[in-house]
Amino acid sequence: MIAHAIFFYTFSTIAIVSAIMVTASKNTVHSVFFLILDFISISCLFIMIGAEFLGMIMLIVYVGAVAVLFLFVVMMLNVTQQKNQWFSSAYSSKHIPIGLIISTIIFFELIIVIGGWKYKPELLNNLDYSVNNEISNTHALGQILYTDYIHIFQISGMILLIAMIGAIVLTFRQRSGVKKQSYFKQISRERSEGIEIINVESNKGIKIDD
Amino acid sequence: MINIGLGHYLTLGAIIFTIGVIGIFLNRKNIIVILMSIELILLAVNINLVAFSIYLNDLSGQVFTLFILTVAAAEAAIGLAIIVVYFRNSGTIRVEEIDRLKG
Repeated sequence: MIAHAIFFYTFSTIAIVSAIMVTASKNTVHSVFFLILDFISISCLFIMIGAEFLGMIMLIVYVGAVAVLFLFVVMMLNVTQQKNQWFSSAYSSKHIPIGLIISTIIFFELIIVIGGWKYKPELLNNLDYSVNNEISNTHALGQILYTDYIHIFQISGMILLIAMIGAIVLTFRQRSGVKKQSYFKQISRERSEGIEIINVESNKGIKIDD
Repeated sequence: MINIGLGHYLTLGAIIFTIGVIGIFLNRKNIIVILMSIELILLAVNINLVAFSIYLNDLSGQVFTLFILTVAAAEAAIGLAIIVVYFRNSGTIRVEEIDRLKG
């Protein structure tokens, strides 16, 4: 129990500090690094409380894909050289107090909600997918993900496909004056239009027009 | 303090959620940091779902976390593509200079 507490406080402190640094650090690349640290500590928390499949997926998807995507975009757009200001320009200081007040109110509302709720008594008896301790977390998740949630699972695959198509279509740029292979023209070329047989008379030669 | 319960995880989720909201409100830097704040907010939601799922002994919370993860990845890809297109057209992604809508 003490080990649980020690690990929880360590990882959550790291997560909170790095979340603050994501928003506060002046360099955008540093923000991405702190985002990676945040994801790693949260996934350690997930693994610690028993959701090990989600912890690992979090590492793979967020740290391995999303954060690296952020890093690529930050480096490609060269935004680190733009001067980042934090509380310094006169224009921006107008909405900082109101933003802080609203965020504080949101935080305290969340704390009030956390402090003062109870389970509905009949909820605890009617759980649909209660945890079976004989099989592992991954096994149990797979058993309900591919049976009861199969439609939502397929739809989420469609969402990923649409996101991929959308990202490609958005960033696709047609440049003029670049010589490229045209696969369609290449494949649809046939023998009849490609070559021509000419009967050449001897000692005269022919005139080729091209 | 020693017994870590559901409330601890919910508080952690609330703190990270609020940090994400503050990051959106007070951002004076580029839009990429706003996208990262949105990722933080989704992470806080995931913490809440996983904590409830573990402490209620019910797996559906973890299934929904999986779907939120999918949507978050799609959202990050589309958002970054939009940012790349905007940067190509206007040369800047600083929040102060994106004022075409005159808001």
